[in-house]
Amino acid sequence: MTVGLTHIIVLSTALFFIGMYGLFTRRNMITMLMSIELMLNSVNINFVAFNKYLYPDKMDGIFFSIFIIAIAAAEAAVAIAIIINLYRTHKSIDVDDVTDLKQ
Amino acid sequence: MRELLFHIIAFKNLPLGVVGGAAIWIILLPLANFVLLGLGKKYLKNIAGIFSTVLLFVATIIALNIAYHYFFIDGKVNGVYQTINVYQMHWLSFTETMHVEIGIQLDALSVMMLVVVTFISLMVHLFSLGYMKGEERYCNYFSYLGLFTFSMLGLVVATNLLQLYMCWELVGISSYLLIGFYFQKPSAVAAAKKAFIVTRFADLGLLIGILILSFNTNSFNFQTIIQTLTNTQSSSFISITASSFLGMSTLTWALVLIFIGGAGKSAMLPLHIWLPDAMEGPTPVSALIHAATMVVAGVFLVAKLFAVFAINVTALQLVAFVGIASALFAAIIACTQTDIKRVLAYSTMSQIGYMMFALGVSKYGGEEGLGYSAALFHLFTHAFFKSLLFLCAGAVIHLVHSNEMKDMGGLKKLMPITHIAFLIACMAIAGVPPFAGFFSKEEILSAAYQNNKTIYIIALITSAITAFYMFRLYFSIFWNKPHDSRLTAHHSEGTLTMKLPLIILMVCAATVGFIPFSEFLSSNNQPYHSAINIGFSILPVLLGLGGILLAGILYFKQNNKADKITNSFQVIYKAAYRKFYIDELYLFITKKIIFNCIGKPAAWFDRNIIDGCMNGIASVASFISTSIKNIQSGKVQHYTLYFFAGVAVLLMAVLYVWS
Repeated sequence: MTVGLTHIIVLSTALFFIGMYGLFTRRNMITMLMSIELMLNSVNINFVAFNKYLYPDKMDGIFFSIFIIAIAAAEAAVAIAIIINLYRTHKSIDVDDVTDLKQ
Repeated sequence: MRELLFHIIAFKNLPLGVVGGAAIWIILLPLANFVLLGLGKKYLKNIAGIFSTVLLFVATIIALNIAYHYFFIDGKVNGVYQTINVYQMHWLSFTETMHVEIGIQLDALSVMMLVVVTFISLMVHLFSLGYMKGEERYCNYFSYLGLFTFSMLGLVVATNLLQLYMCWELVGISSYLLIGFYFQKPSAVAAAKKAFIVTRFADLGLLIGILILSFNTNSFNFQTIIQTLTNTQSSSFISITASSFLGMSTLTWALVLIFIGGAGKSAMLPLHIWLPDAMEGPTPVSALIHAATMVVAGVFLVAKLFAVFAINVTALQLVAFVGIASALFAAIIACTQTDIKRVLAYSTMSQIGYMMFALGVSKYGGEEGLGYSAALFHLFTHAFFKSLLFLCAGAVIHLVHSNEMKDMGGLKKLMPITHIAFLIACMAIAGVPPFAGFFSKEEILSAAYQNNKTIYIIALITSAITAFYMFRLYFSIFWNKPHDSRLTAHHSEGTLTMKLPLIILMVCAATVGFIPFSEFLSSNNQPYHSAINIGFSILPVLLGLGGILLAGILYFKQNNKADKITNSFQVIYKAAYRKFYIDELYLFITKKIIFNCIGKPAAWFDRNIIDGCMNGIASVASFISTSIKNIQSGKVQHYTLYFFAGVAVLLMAVLYVWS
């Protein structure tokens, strides 16, 4: 059995929803960040798969996934900086503790 | 500028246009006084009085100089006194044809008024130097006096109705400031508000009248209006007399409305209620209001537009009847008042009534216009003796520290100069020859005799009553009983600056009657000669002397004759003492009728309907916001959930549309 496009899409969809589930249920910000990374990576898989199977003579999908990886790195840096600052002010990285703007 | 200054100093042998140009300084000096004292209070605090007196002194000199040139040198061309616009500025342009100018117009009337206003104001300034000494708001007082004088001067030289109206309102505001000068006293605040509201109410009439007149003649300018409306062939005249409203022609309406404005400022019945209360201001201010500024403005207005009034019998009759009614009414009230300043206030109202009915019975032109010259002659003489009376009253109040007659008596030894001055002023107002009031009153009476016998008889009775109440005042202050032993010679008459104006005005009150007034001022500006008819004068003089005699019997020595008489006329006395319940009537109309029938429903409507709409909208908004407030939980994960839910909904919508 060869690996077809369908298999890969099923994989990436599963990965996306696992990430989404993690984002909703976890209270720890680091874990939430990891969940977001999972979702981004599922999108990367999609890009690469569509490129390979539908337009093998083009490179657009590959470029896009490289962009996303680079931006994800930057995003991770920013997010971790935010988390560190939050920890300094609130002594916690639990999202439920950070509801100051609700007032 | 330098040339003008030079001419002011050099005076003589200059054409009137040049001398008249100096008139602008008469207006600007009091204005400068107001502005400088108002802004530079810190620096001018100690010399405020001297400063403004000097400025006004210069203005008075210029005014006298202009009057000399106008009346004796070159004001007259071919036997007619000219109307000269010495200064004119384009001020507001509404359209090509419609614009407002601002300027200085000199005619016999304005020149006479310039002299009266500056001279009386100067005397008041001089007197105030001593009277207001040590007052906390000394500087403010003099700056307000400056504003008052400026507005009245601006009014008398106005070239057009709009300029007159602006100055008219300025007179109103400065009287408000001065009447409410002692604003710590609630009664002064009430009096100031009353004066302002009553005159404002009347000014509405004036404004509408001005608008009607200028709408029909396409001009605000006095000369244009008079020329257009006296020419019975002009289309404006035909249209303004042909159209009518509620049975009166538009012209009559305009003149009646203008007269209402004048009646408000001149305290004519029934808009007089502010005048007695205006006594709350400092006494020299009362002298200024009653003699030169403010109350004579109404007479001035009617006189200025007299050529137009003269062609409309209805309006002129209204002026005559309101005038005579006010004269009699005020004279009766004056007999019963016990506050000396209020007696003087009612006497002013009565004398202004004289001027008004004299205008009302007059006709236009020459000998027929005797009433016109008589009214302005009376305005002129009245300015001197009434300001003298008020300044004397001020000196007395300064000494006794009370306004009530019962606290006075026997003051003739303590204040000899004031005594003589007051006596002369009383004789002048009572019409005893040869003092000033005699001549002007005789002219008024003879004008009334020629035109309307009813008015003549009422005027005669009024003049007898006038003599009675003035001498009641005189005897009560200076004779009656021995003076209060607590007052000693050490309480003097005040400083030299308080005595000097009394002496100057005393001389004027005794002599200005000899001026042959009709040779300077007449309705058509053509001088004529009017002689005093001795036979005619006997009756009024006898009546006046009778009034004086009666006052002497009742008040010369302390006795109970006066009380007996008042007891036998209890009802009438009480009604007159309470000023015939006019104030109560006004309060009834405003408080009971207007407040209850109009004010309260309007307040209810505002509170319930208008506020209700606003409150309803606000409460709906706040209800919605409270009900959706909980969506904003502050938890990041809720927001992500909403976001993904939103994306899912959008996605489904897009798919649905596509398929």
